[in-house]
Amino acid sequence: MVKGREGERVRLYVRGTILGYKRSKANQYPNTSLIQIEGVNTKEEVAWYAGKRLAYIYKAKVKKDGSHYRCIWGKVSRPHGNSGVIRAKFTSNLPPKSMGDRVRVFMYPSNI
Amino acid sequence: MAPRKTPVVSRNPQLIRGVGKYSRSKMYHKRGLWAIKAKNGGVFPKHDPKPKAASTAEKVSKFYPADDIKVPLPNKRKAKPTKLRASITPGTVLIILAGRFKGKRVVFLKQLTSGLLLVTGPFKVNGVPLRRVNQAYVIGTSTKVDISGVNVDKFDDKYFAKAAEKKNKKGEGEFFEADKEEKNELPQDKKDDQKTVDAALIKSIEAVPDLKSYLAARFSLKAGMKPHELVF
Repeated sequence: MVKGREGERVRLYVRGTILGYKRSKANQYPNTSLIQIEGVNTKEEVAWYAGKRLAYIYKAKVKKDGSHYRCIWGKVSRPHGNSGVIRAKFTSNLPPKSMGDRVRVFMYPSNI
Repeated sequence: MAPRKTPVVSRNPQLIRGVGKYSRSKMYHKRGLWAIKAKNGGVFPKHDPKPKAASTAEKVSKFYPADDIKVPLPNKRKAKPTKLRASITPGTVLIILAGRFKGKRVVFLKQLTSGLLLVTGPFKVNGVPLRRVNQAYVIGTSTKVDISGVNVDKFDDKYFAKAAEKKNKKGEGEFFEADKEEKNELPQDKKDDQKTVDAALIKSIEAVPDLKSYLAARFSLKAGMKPHELVF
């Protein structure tokens, strides 16, 4: 990580919560996760976020590439239901321990 | 064959595909073949074939492949530069979303032939040098800066190409010294380019109140800010 300017932290992502996997009552499909984005409450609002990149960041004991932090990248794929929840696909499926954890929803690839 | 100057147009309209309106004898008359014959003394004119240029004897190669190899179709497609979003015009202030300069507000200069956007801080204002940025990682704001005083013709993708590395394949003793020398100092002419571009820009920036501090500040999402509702 390049420390260009220390001290100024800018948040260029929207916070999101991982709700779980896409599922029916008795079966779950872990290749797609459901994410609740802060401040998004209808499926019309989700349209802005379609295609945006997501990052699930977690810590591990073993240092990899010089850092204890690791990341799984993903994309917002489509809305889920009417109330602003989204479906997302990640490069590798999210681990079940991630349920309830924070996910970062970035504003790129941007279209404005 | 010499190229025709007028395209070939059939005088026999098709009723259905394969069936013409006029019969052979009618078409003979329509095409005026009788007039051509009359001009030539009752016989259809005959041209002798042009003598072929003596072809050089082709050397038959000893090798030819056992199976017929399929020749791939020629690809004549040309890549177009990425379409520039309507919100991004020269002089627009952009917000960079990722990378070393994320959150920085930056002035857009022009789109390069590769599709990337040429952008500058200006360097004195927020530390962003002349740089290329991808359109997908940028938000176009509605703030515009007057860019008429800046000449950006000399900048293109080759300007930003990495300098060809010198090959130092000598002994190991020299290896360590060579690494230390390649500290990558920016060449002076690039620094001068930055200064000339910024000089004109800073003048137009200072003409607008608060614009300089706006460009120096970084963009950040705060509590309660919803990007899908923001107007940039």
